[in-house]
Amino acid sequence: MNIVQVLERLGHTVDYPEAQTCCGQPAFNSGFWDEARAVAERQIAIFQDAEIVVIASGSCGAMVKVFYPELFHGHPRETEARALAAKTFEFSDFLVNRLGVLDVGARFPGRATFHDGCHGLRELGLKNPPRQLLQHVRGLELVEMKEAETCCGFGGTFAVKFPMISTAMGEVKCASIAETGAEFVISNDSSCLMQIRGVLERQGKSVKTLHLAEVLAQT
Amino acid sequence: MNVHAKTFNEAARHQTADLRQRDWIQKALAGYYAKRDEFKNRFQSWSGARDTAAAVKWEAVNHLDRYLDEFASRLEARGTRVFWAPDAQAVRDYVVGVARQHQVRSIIKSKSMTAEEIHLNDTLEQAGFEVVESDLGEYIVQLRHEPPYHLVFPAMHLTRQQISDLFQDRLGSESTDNPEHLTMIARRVMRRKYCEADMGISGANFAIAETGMISITENEGNARLTTSLPKVHVAIVGIEKVLPKLSDLALFLPMLATAGAGQPITCYNTLYGGPRQPGEPDGPEEFHVVLLDNRRTELLADAEQRDALHCIRCGACLNVCPIFKNIGGHSYGTTYQGPIGSVITPHLRGLQDWKHLSQASSLCGACTETCPVKINLHHHLLHNRRNAIQARPARFEKLVQTGFVFMMRRPRLYEWAAGIGRILQPLQRLVQGTVLDPLRAWTKTRSFPPLAEKSFRELWRKRKKL
Repeated sequence: MNIVQVLERLGHTVDYPEAQTCCGQPAFNSGFWDEARAVAERQIAIFQDAEIVVIASGSCGAMVKVFYPELFHGHPRETEARALAAKTFEFSDFLVNRLGVLDVGARFPGRATFHDGCHGLRELGLKNPPRQLLQHVRGLELVEMKEAETCCGFGGTFAVKFPMISTAMGEVKCASIAETGAEFVISNDSSCLMQIRGVLERQGKSVKTLHLAEVLAQT
Repeated sequence: MNVHAKTFNEAARHQTADLRQRDWIQKALAGYYAKRDEFKNRFQSWSGARDTAAAVKWEAVNHLDRYLDEFASRLEARGTRVFWAPDAQAVRDYVVGVARQHQVRSIIKSKSMTAEEIHLNDTLEQAGFEVVESDLGEYIVQLRHEPPYHLVFPAMHLTRQQISDLFQDRLGSESTDNPEHLTMIARRVMRRKYCEADMGISGANFAIAETGMISITENEGNARLTTSLPKVHVAIVGIEKVLPKLSDLALFLPMLATAGAGQPITCYNTLYGGPRQPGEPDGPEEFHVVLLDNRRTELLADAEQRDALHCIRCGACLNVCPIFKNIGGHSYGTTYQGPIGSVITPHLRGLQDWKHLSQASSLCGACTETCPVKINLHHHLLHNRRNAIQARPARFEKLVQTGFVFMMRRPRLYEWAAGIGRILQPLQRLVQGTVLDPLRAWTKTRSFPPLAEKSFRELWRKRKKL
C-alpha cells in the first residue's frame, strides 16, 4: 500500500489488476524456461493496456525488463514482451528517472543504511535513484555501509539449495550493516530484506528492515 | 546428486563454517580492491578499455582459425615446433615424448593453469621426471600436494606462519614470518633447480598472431629463467589465448595486471618467438608450442556462450565473487575456480557433472560487472541451468515447477494458498528450525518473517469499496 500512497500523493491513478500473480522468475532462474514463459504470458496479457507498470522489487523488475525479452526471443509474443519491458519501471527508477521526482515529501527520523539489491543495481543500473530519494527524506540520516554492493546471499532458490553459502553471505552483509550503527536498513528489494531480516533476527540484532516505499510513504 | 555435487556441498559446508578462513580471504582481498581501483583510474577510461578489449577478443575468437594459422606458421618459420593437441592426453603424450627424446631428468615449470587443467605434473612425475614449480605460490602449494587455490594467487589461503612451517618441515629451514626471508629460502632451492633442469615448461598469457610470439606476464622473473636456461622449452597454450596484433598488448598487459593483481603493470612481460637463433648467446635449443583444444571448440560452437573464450584468466571475477570469498577456491573441485570456472567447467568436463556450480550462485552479477573483457558471466550461469534442465529435467524439481505454473496461472488458487499459509504459520513457528519444519533449509540459520496479517489484495479490495 505504501507505493500506492506515494504514487497517489504525486497525483497518479493507480490500478492493481487482481488477476496478476508471479513474474515467473523462480522457474526462469531454475532453468525451467518453458514454465517461466507460461507464467509470464499471463502477466503480459494482464498488463497489456496499462500505461506504466511499477514494480516494488528490483528483482521482479529485472525479470520483466531484462529477462522477458530474452525469454521470448523468437517467440510469437516477443513484441508484446518487449512492449511490457519498455513500460515497466522499478519504483525508484520510475520516480527519479521517469518522473524526475527526488523529494516525495516524506519525513522519517532515524539513522539508516541502504542495501543495493543486485538485480536493481546491476541489471537495471539503479545505484543512485533510491539514494537520491532517501537523501530528500526529512529527518533521515543516510550512512553508507562497507561494500553496500555486495550481495546479501538471497538469490531465490539458491537460498534453500545452498543454505550454508547463502547464510555465510548474509552474515557478511549483516556485519557491514551493524558496523554503521544504523537503526534501519532500507532496500528496494523485498527478497533481500527477507534474507537480511532473517539473519539479523537470528543474531539477535535490533536493526529494522524497511522497504524504500515504507520510508517514502511516511509524512 | 552426483559425486562432484556432493563433494562440492560438503566442502562448501566445511569452508563456510571456518570463520577464520573466511575472514582471512576477505582481508587478503581488501588490499587488492584498493590497488585495483587506484590503477583502473589511471586508464583514460576503464569502461572504454573494457569495450576495446572485448572487441579485440571478439575478433580473435570469431576468426580463431585464421589467427591460429598465422600464429603457428610464423612460429614455425623461426624453427619452433608447433603441436596441435585435440585433448589433454595428446599433450601429456607429446610432452613425455619430448622429455624422453632429450633424456630429461629434471623439469622446471613456471605457472600455467592450462598445464593444471590437463594434470601435466602428475603425468610427468608418474613417467619418472622430477618437476619443480618455479612460481613461489605454485611452489608452496606443490610442496603441500594441493591444487592452486586461486588461478592467480595459488597460495592466498595460507598465512606466513603456515608457509614457514611448511618450509621448516619440507626444506629444513628456520622458522620466520618475514616474507623476504621466506622468499630467499625458496629462491635458494629454486636457483639450483634452474641450473639442473633439462627442460622448462611454461604457459602463455597471450599468443600474438601477427608476430608468432607468446607473451608471458610475471612478477618474479621465474618464467624467464624457466624458459631460457634449460635446453628445451615447451609452452602449453590454450587456443583461446590468441590476440591479432602485437600492439594489442599495449592494452592487454596493463589491463591484465590491473584486473588480476591490482598492479599498473607486472614486473616482467616477455615475448618468446622461437628457439635460440644462429648468433644468439642464449635461449633454449628447442622451443615447442603446444596448442590445446580440450573441448574449447565446443564452447566456440555455442554462439550464446562463446564470449567465455575471451577470458584472459585474470581472476578478477573470483576476487569480487561473494561465493568464492565464502567457500574458497578448493571447494569448487575444478582447475578454474569462481564464476569463470562455473561457466566453463560444464563445457570442458560435462554439463550434468558440473551443473551444480551454475546453481551455486545468487546471480548477483558482480563478476560480469568487473570482467575486463566483458564476459556475460552470470547470465551464462542461467544459460547453463537452462541447458541442464532441457537435457535432463530433474524429476522432483519438474514436479515443483509444474505445480508453480499451475498455481501462478490461477490467481484464486494463489490467493487461497497464501491464506492457508497464513493459517499454518503459527504451527510452523512451533517447529521452526527442527527436522519437522518444512522450511528448515531456510529456518535452520535464519528466522522466517511472519506473513502480513492482511494481503495486499485484501487491503486493496477494502479500499476500493470505501
